[in-house]
Amino acid sequence: MLLIKNGRVLDPASNTDAVLDVLLDGETIAEIADPGKLALANAAEIFDASGLIVAPGFIDMHVHLREPGQENSETIETGTRAAARGGFTAVFCMPNTKPVNDNASITRFIVDRAKAHGHVRVWPIGAASVGSKGEAISEIAAMREAGIVAVSDDGKPIATAKLARQIMDYCRSLDLLVIEHSEDVSLAAGAVMREGVASTRLGLPGMPAAAESVCVARDVQLAKLTGARLHIAHLSAKASLEQVRFAKENGLRVTCEVTPHHFTLIDEDVTYDSRFKMNPPLASREDREALLAGLADGTVDAIATDHAPHEPAIKDVEFDKAPFGILGFDTAIGLALDQLVHTNRLPLMRMIELFTTGPARVLGKDRKLAVGEPADLTIFSLNRPWTYNVKESASKSRNSPFDGRTFKGGPAATIVSGKFAHRA
Amino acid sequence: MTYRFRDLLALEPLSADELTFILDQAKPFQEIQRHPLKKLATLRGKTVVLAFFENSTRTRLSFATAASRLGADTMNLQAEASSLKKGETLLDTANNLNAMRPDCFVMRHASSGAADFVARHLEIPVVNAGDGTHEHPSQGLLDALTIRDRLGNLNNLNVTILGDISHSRVARSNIHLLGKFGCRFTLCGPAMWVPRELEKIGPAGTPIRCVYRVEEALEDADVIIVLRVQTERLHEPSLSQNDYILLYQLNTERMKLAKPGALILHPGPINRGIEITPEVADGPQSAVLEQVTNGVATRMAILYLLMVGATEGAHPALEAKPEVTPKESAHASD
Repeated sequence: MLLIKNGRVLDPASNTDAVLDVLLDGETIAEIADPGKLALANAAEIFDASGLIVAPGFIDMHVHLREPGQENSETIETGTRAAARGGFTAVFCMPNTKPVNDNASITRFIVDRAKAHGHVRVWPIGAASVGSKGEAISEIAAMREAGIVAVSDDGKPIATAKLARQIMDYCRSLDLLVIEHSEDVSLAAGAVMREGVASTRLGLPGMPAAAESVCVARDVQLAKLTGARLHIAHLSAKASLEQVRFAKENGLRVTCEVTPHHFTLIDEDVTYDSRFKMNPPLASREDREALLAGLADGTVDAIATDHAPHEPAIKDVEFDKAPFGILGFDTAIGLALDQLVHTNRLPLMRMIELFTTGPARVLGKDRKLAVGEPADLTIFSLNRPWTYNVKESASKSRNSPFDGRTFKGGPAATIVSGKFAHRA
Repeated sequence: MTYRFRDLLALEPLSADELTFILDQAKPFQEIQRHPLKKLATLRGKTVVLAFFENSTRTRLSFATAASRLGADTMNLQAEASSLKKGETLLDTANNLNAMRPDCFVMRHASSGAADFVARHLEIPVVNAGDGTHEHPSQGLLDALTIRDRLGNLNNLNVTILGDISHSRVARSNIHLLGKFGCRFTLCGPAMWVPRELEKIGPAGTPIRCVYRVEEALEDADVIIVLRVQTERLHEPSLSQNDYILLYQLNTERMKLAKPGALILHPGPINRGIEITPEVADGPQSAVLEQVTNGVATRMAILYLLMVGATEGAHPALEAKPEVTPKESAHASD
C-alpha cells in the first residue's frame, strides 16, 4: 500500500482539480479521498505530495530505445530509466532498430526485454513495411499478437502513396493505428535543417516546410480514401497543422503530435552544433506560433518527445554528417511548463491532457486517475527551480540542445504499477 | 586595437573597425610582395597546419606562401592523401594533427560549419579557409583589400554578384564584409541559385536585392563579383551551360551597363567563356590577378594576427628582424 498524500490531483478524464489523498494497492488505485480521510492511511507507505501535482501516468508515444542493435546509444533499460526520470510511465518505441522491428520475434524480444529490464511500460510500434523499406507489408497481425500497438515506418514515410494506401486499408481491417513520419523525401533530400533565412545564412542545405506538408496532405487524403486511423508524428509546420485541422473538421480519424523542441525552438536557434539537428528540423517562428495555437485549441492531440539518442562518436561530428535526433525525456515536462503553462498559453489541465488522455485516445485507450485503474502516476513540481545537466541523464547519450537550461518545475516521482520507477 | 578572437571562422561577427584593422595589417605585407627577397622571420619556429579536406589549389598555395614568407613551417594534409579516406572522423584527424603541436590550424572542408566544429575542440587558432557553402573569410578580406586599393575606399558601393549565390561561401563573406561599409548588393542569377532569403542575411539594414536579369543587375554597379560556374561540382539544380551563357555571361556588351571604371573580381579559377568572356576577364577593369597577389598579403596578416597578435604601431613587416628588411611602407594605422 502506498499513500500519495496531500497532492494536487489533476485528472483530465474526470476534470478533477483538488487536493486529495490517493491510495495505491498493489498495481491499482484503491481509493481517492479528501486529505486525511482514508481509513487505511496509517498502514501505508506515505509519499508526501504537498505542493506537487499528481496526474495520471504520462505517456510518450514517440521514442527510440535503440535496442536491439544500437546499444551504444541506448538500451531498453537506460531509455526507460530516463523515461521514468522524465516523468513518463509508458513509452511507444519506434521500430527503426537494427534489425527493424518488422516481425513478431523482434517484437517479442522488445516486450521481453522491457518486462525484464524496463522501468516503465513499453508499447512497441511495428514497422509498416518489411524492413521499413516501403516495398511489402510487414507481418502486422503477427506483430499485433506479440504486442505492437501501432505501425509506422518512422524515420521516413511509407515510401509510396500506393503502399501507404494498402497499409492503411489493411490496418483499418485490423483496427490498428498507422503513424506516419510524413516527409516528401525528394524535397528533403540532402537537407539538414529547415530552409529559410537561417539555413541560407549558415550555408546549410534546407528543406522547405512543404517537404512535410505535402506528405501530410497525401496521408490525410489516403486516410480519407481508406477510413484508416492515421496519426501524424512530430508535426512541425503550420501548413501540416492546417491539413490535420481540415481532416478533423471532415470527421476523419486523423490525429497528430508535437514535440517539446518544436514548440520551444526555431530555425533561428540552430548553430553548427549538431545537437540542434533533428528531423523534422526546427521550424520557423511562424510555425512555432501555429503549433502553440494548435496545442491550445485541440488540433494537436499529444506531446511526444521523439527521444532519439545517438552516442557522441556518431553525433558529435560535422553538422551535415550528424544523424538526426535529440534526447527528449529529461526536459519534456520542464519545457512544457516553461513554454505552455508558465506563459499562460495553456491551462495546466490541458498540458496534462496532452501527456495522458491525449495520447491514450490516439491509441483508443483510456487514461484516468480513478479507483480501479492501473496505479500509474506522474508527480511533478510546478515551480521547483532546476538546471538540466545532460551528463547526469540516465540515457546513454548526451545529445540535448537543452543542456544547461534552467527550468521552473519538473518531475518529482514516477509511479508505474504501484511502484516508484523514479523518485527525485 | 587588437584582434579580439582566437580564430578566424567567419566575417559575419566582425565589425567595420575590426575589418579595417585586418585590412590595414595587410598593407605592409603587400609591400613585401613587391620586394625581391620576401621572407620574414616573424613566425620562425611556428608551425601552421594546412588541412585541406576539400580540394583546393589556389587557397592552399596562397596560405602556404603566406606562412612561408612569415618564416613558419607548414604541415600539409590533403583530402585524397588523408586518413579520412580510411574512415577517420574529422575530430580524430584534427586531434591527431594537433598532437603534433602546431600553432595554427588552417582548414578547408566541404561541410558548412566544419571550421566552427574543429575550433570548438582545439585550443589553437583555427582559420577557416572555406567551409561548405558558409564563408570564405580570407577571400572576403582579399576582395575588400583589392577593392579598397582600386577604388579608394569601401563605403557605399554598388556591388553586384553574379552566379550561384546560394551555394557561394565567397558571396556570403563579401556580403558580411562589404555590408558593414554601407555597400548595396544586387545578387543575380537564375532564381534557384538566388533565393529571396539572401536578402536578409547581411548586416542589419543592408540593402540586398535579388534580380534575375543581368542587365538590371549591372546597372550602376561599382564592383562586379563574378562567381565561378562550378563545372566540376553540380549546382543544385544544375542549369544548362548554354542557358547560363545566354542569360548571365559577363561580356563586353553587358559591361557597358555598369559604371565606367567598374571593377571586376572573380575568386577563381575562371571558366573562360562561361561566366565571363576572356576580353572582360583580361581587360583593364579586371582585378583578378591583383586578387591573387593580395591573397598572400591578406593571409600573412591573418596568420600574423592569430599567432602573434598585434600591438599598435609595431608591425612585424617593419619591427621583426626579417631575413630581409622591406623598404619603408605605409604604416599600419589604427
